[in-house]
Amino acid sequence: MSTKPKDSTDLAAGLLLIAAAAFFGWQTMGLPIGTSLRMGPGYFPMVLSIILFVLGVIITLKSFGREGEAFGRIAWRGILFILPAPIFFGLTVRGLGFVPALFFTTLIASQASIRMKPLHALVLAVAVTILSTLIFSYGLGLPFRRFGPWVQF
Amino acid sequence: MELFSNLAMGFSVAGSLANLAFCLIGVLLGTLIGVLPGIGATATIAMLLPITFQLEPVSSLIMLAGIYYGAQYGGSTTAILINMPGESSSAVTAIDGYQMARKGRAGTALAVAALGSFFAGTVSTFLVAIFAPPLTAIALKFGAAEYFSLMVLGLVMSVALAHGSVLKALAMVVLGLLLGMVGTDIYTGTPRFTMGITQYADGLNFVALAVGVFGIAEILRNLEDETDREVMTKNINRLLPTRDELRQMIGPVLRGTGVGSVLGILPGGGAILASFASYTVEKKLSKNPREFGQGALAGVAGPESANNAGAQTSFIPLLTLGIPANPVMALMIGAMIIQGIVPGPNVVSEQPELFWGIIASMWIGNLMLVVLNLPLIGLWVKLLTVPYFVLFPIIMAMCSIGVYSVASNTFDLYAVAFFGLLGYLMSKLRCEPAPLLLGFVLGPLLEENLRRAMILSRGDASTFVTRPISALLLLMALGVLVLVFLPQIRKRRDEVFTESDA
Repeated sequence: MSTKPKDSTDLAAGLLLIAAAAFFGWQTMGLPIGTSLRMGPGYFPMVLSIILFVLGVIITLKSFGREGEAFGRIAWRGILFILPAPIFFGLTVRGLGFVPALFFTTLIASQASIRMKPLHALVLAVAVTILSTLIFSYGLGLPFRRFGPWVQF
Repeated sequence: MELFSNLAMGFSVAGSLANLAFCLIGVLLGTLIGVLPGIGATATIAMLLPITFQLEPVSSLIMLAGIYYGAQYGGSTTAILINMPGESSSAVTAIDGYQMARKGRAGTALAVAALGSFFAGTVSTFLVAIFAPPLTAIALKFGAAEYFSLMVLGLVMSVALAHGSVLKALAMVVLGLLLGMVGTDIYTGTPRFTMGITQYADGLNFVALAVGVFGIAEILRNLEDETDREVMTKNINRLLPTRDELRQMIGPVLRGTGVGSVLGILPGGGAILASFASYTVEKKLSKNPREFGQGALAGVAGPESANNAGAQTSFIPLLTLGIPANPVMALMIGAMIIQGIVPGPNVVSEQPELFWGIIASMWIGNLMLVVLNLPLIGLWVKLLTVPYFVLFPIIMAMCSIGVYSVASNTFDLYAVAFFGLLGYLMSKLRCEPAPLLLGFVLGPLLEENLRRAMILSRGDASTFVTRPISALLLLMALGVLVLVFLPQIRKRRDEVFTESDA
């Protein structure tokens, strides 16, 4: 790697902001800009994209020439199991229904910790599912299908 | 006196059996969440928001408000007992509170915190009742240009009060504004930034954004390092302070209430700033400043009063202008909109029962907290021993249910995962999430008022500086920006935040 000092946190932040600005700016291309009297849907987002781009460039440039703090540890296991949990719930809540979907969601999320033992995870998932079904489905009467078409026999 | 008849009406609304029950549930849930480290008030409210949709508007807002100040109390409990503030606003309490606990005065510290908070809550509730109505009268004169300038000021303040780099906080505001643009343009009906996904035509769900950026990012941060916490449970001494200790706390509590009430009105996270400012004031005024950091009573009494007063008065901009002072207030706005109430100066005249009911419930909620918290301390302490790896799967399940129940839109759940990742990335890159959320909530309002102001002025941008109130607000925003970029102030600001992180 380069020997010059640089703040890698700020460098990454700046580059990501530039990327985000580029994305929004590119998406704004297809929208009518309008005039400052009658602003089109693209006017304000375009202005914002430009500001974001400028800020990103400044942050990137300022990251050179000084030492930054380290990133620290990254929770890979957490990312791997926590983030898929709501996605799984979204994919299955209609098909499997509320009860099975929630059970598996909790089970997936519980795997994010190395300290969770399989049996404990199972007990926890069952308890959460039963209590949530009682509270949300029966108690508050939220309109969820408890068991969906995929598990109807 | 109109004030008293209004307050009486408020108390009759808030005092109904059902509303008392919702206030109690809110306060209990709030304390519970505040006590549990690793999940903040913002994420909690975001998660519990959907549950309150089934309730009457008044009841739902009373419960949400209860959660908010309950979380403040709960946060101070963990700050004192395990040196781990459950809420960022009680970070300062941890400094001296934990030292008191180590010296065997945990009970005293907890009691001082509770009594100070109650006093501050009582005073600031009256302040809200006194100052909110005249401010709404001013707010009713606001046109589109004034609203635009006011929101600019609010966003700039949130930047000034955020941790770390000002530039990055500014970028977060702009990114938040852009994320707020996602969805259908209100004037032309053109879909923007939806990537052709029709499920995002109504915009990104702000519950999803808040849960992701605050809740899930927080869980991921906690999972980086799974170590045990040490709990100071053994030596909680008697709870009631002695007469001497009571006398010692009067001054700090009064000053803390004053400082907190003023700073709480400022947009951008007043409660955190309030507790720190109060700590500095007490340290300056103290006869033996060396005591601070070693378990000074004033170091607990002052900041605790200040943060509670600040939490309360931050309702003033919300109730009068419909402008959120912090992320929690942004969520309250979301709750009001979903309940069909347009937040702003009209609430007080069109829905007086809602307005005064919420104010009265603040005081009732504070009373409940004092009555509940002191005897229930043992229970809260037990909760601290629940291991984190049991908590977060439960939190994830609640998040999923909560977000889905807002609109039964499965795409909101995918958005949660995306925002969770974004929030975690932001925390790794030391970007603050609060300005992002404020930008997101204010984005559509900002754009609407900008466009309306420009139409009203026939395309003349000078309308923002020729209208006096608007010009004043913009000037203040500019002043704040200049101040935070000045080298001396910047250094001072860094010191403030480093110390409050300790």
